[in-house]
Amino acid sequence: MADVSPAVQFLSIDGTFAPNEAAEEYLPYLNELSEADHRQFYRDMAITRRLDEECTNLQRQGQMGLWPPSHGQEAAQVGSARASRPQDVIFPSYREHGVALVRGIDIVDVVKVMRGVSMGGWDPTDPKNGNFRNYCLVIGSHTLHATGYAMGVQFDGLVGTGDSSKDIAVMAYFGDGASSQGDVSEAFVFSASNQTPQVFFLQNNHWAISVPVTTQSRTPLYLRPRGFGIPSVQIDGNDVLASYAATRKHLDDARAGSGPSLIEALTYRIGAHTTSDDPTRYQTPEQLAFWVARDPIIRFAAYLRSRGADDTFFAEVKTEADDFSSDLRRRTLELESPDLAVIFDSVYSETHPLVDEQKAWLDEYEQSMKAGL
Amino acid sequence: MAAVAEELPMAKALNAGLRAALAADDHVLLMGEDIGKLGGVFRVTEGLQEEFGVRRVIDTPLAESGIIGTAIGLAMRGYRPVCEIQFDGFIFPGFDQITTQLAKMTSRTAGAVPMPVVIRVPYGGHIGAVEHHQESPEAYFAHTPGLRVVSPSTPNDGYWMIQEAIASNDPVLFFEPKSRYWPRGPIDFGQSAAALHATRVVRTGTDVTVIGHGAMVANLLQAAQLAAEEGVSIEVLDLRSLSPVDYAPILTSVEKTGRLVVCQEAPGFASIGSEIAATIAERAFFSLESPVLRVSGFDTPYPPSKIESFYLPDADRVLEAVDRALAY
Repeated sequence: MADVSPAVQFLSIDGTFAPNEAAEEYLPYLNELSEADHRQFYRDMAITRRLDEECTNLQRQGQMGLWPPSHGQEAAQVGSARASRPQDVIFPSYREHGVALVRGIDIVDVVKVMRGVSMGGWDPTDPKNGNFRNYCLVIGSHTLHATGYAMGVQFDGLVGTGDSSKDIAVMAYFGDGASSQGDVSEAFVFSASNQTPQVFFLQNNHWAISVPVTTQSRTPLYLRPRGFGIPSVQIDGNDVLASYAATRKHLDDARAGSGPSLIEALTYRIGAHTTSDDPTRYQTPEQLAFWVARDPIIRFAAYLRSRGADDTFFAEVKTEADDFSSDLRRRTLELESPDLAVIFDSVYSETHPLVDEQKAWLDEYEQSMKAGL
Repeated sequence: MAAVAEELPMAKALNAGLRAALAADDHVLLMGEDIGKLGGVFRVTEGLQEEFGVRRVIDTPLAESGIIGTAIGLAMRGYRPVCEIQFDGFIFPGFDQITTQLAKMTSRTAGAVPMPVVIRVPYGGHIGAVEHHQESPEAYFAHTPGLRVVSPSTPNDGYWMIQEAIASNDPVLFFEPKSRYWPRGPIDFGQSAAALHATRVVRTGTDVTVIGHGAMVANLLQAAQLAAEEGVSIEVLDLRSLSPVDYAPILTSVEKTGRLVVCQEAPGFASIGSEIAATIAERAFFSLESPVLRVSGFDTPYPPSKIESFYLPDADRVLEAVDRALAY
């Protein structure tokens, strides 16, 4: 397995601030960050990991059908999400819990999907949900939605106006497995053709369930979009500062009208694909150890300590994360299954006689069953 | 205002309907392969890019999933995309986006994200084409909850139904019978003949009801004419909407005639005709004098074009079924 050093990196594995050559052009973006911003990155990552543990536990206790953990990918997610502006629009895959958290999604809404009490979980048009679209389970499909949305943003004249509070960029998250899907290549084609204001954020976590990234591509994935005319960069996805700075630049460029670009964040799925998976069947202990040594949260904690964060700060964050997860657990256990009749209510936006008839039939059937008791 | 009758071929009627929709709402966009400068391979979009510009009438890259997938994103942004799929058999690269995304986005978001997307599909045979250019894949889409599926049979319906489909807040698969693109018919610019999802009686009769959609309707009218010469009175219904199906006119007709023959170009197994036959058997059992019969394309791949006229149900095949129905 190749080391990650050629990619944009600010923090070495032990948390020392040592930007490599590739990181130099991104350095100015770090200057904007206050100490409070740094600490917020840590807080976001710690809470993301804690909620991930809680959801895995809840699944093990039979409270959820499935949980796809984001453990190990917190820096890629939190750094990139913190780099986005409120008006930007995010198209996630289904493992972007850290992005969801930063964009303001109530994680219980994510739980609703995995628990099987809601189809999509949250209303992406509600301003409180941070323009974070719904999770998409057909791998790569949403990259085309992102491109179409970005075309709409262009048509609306919200690119390159020079007003940074108005111009919109669109960011689609996907993985190394998705990179093999035709839809992702078609999204590159349409995006390049239309020069959409768009960032493709590829989290290379090295696994598509059990199949290694080497089966998906014989070339580093960040090189692939260049054949489509889309510029790209590879970053150390376990360095939250690299993720932040690179995404900041690429989103700024997209908003300014430079067209699409791709960021490949090299990271690793420390946990299973989902709670239904057993990574010991395909992953060696050495592979795991290599990446555990590159844990994004431990690395950033060491960096924060070097900047003066003390035990009190870390204890506060731990308490905050524990409180977050116990609240999540309590509210998860309170979730109730919806009434079956709701499945008829939004199949269509306008009335549809077949759906109406079946809803009426179900109601009558249920009444007759009650009457029969 | 008094209706102005004008004879137009369906291709030009659709063009006029699309022009009206583009003029009425800035959020309506046309997108597809070769629809701009060329005006589409059937010229349905002729002149529209010139009139409305490249932002409104978009020549897309050659990728059907890309066309549908980006249309979904545009609809999320508030646009009303009208996608052209160049030929029936080329819709399948976009099938995943249509069935797993377009059809489900509204229910996935509990109604918060409507999908006002129209997918125009020239379909059906009779044009002497090569493989993938003559198919009738409408049943795949009618089977998918969340989609609406319609097919005009006349220029007048082409003009009106395309505008009604674009006005719908739901995704509409709009199947255009390509063998009917050229025959002319009167257009009533004042008023639509019926609602988008209405089944219409297009010829009254008393002995047997026959029903079909798209190009089949002309065939059914020819069969009814031939039968009349032999003293058999056929009532012809134009289905127009394949999902949802407007059953009331079908039931009314069958209650009168007691006999139903359902006709289509598509293969018969698990088809629109099967669904209608099953439903009429359930709902009109005591009105039926004979079983509901189906006349369909064979359950084979579509044949080479020199023999398509033997594969496609013609008036004789319809009348053969009518005779069987009358023999009960």
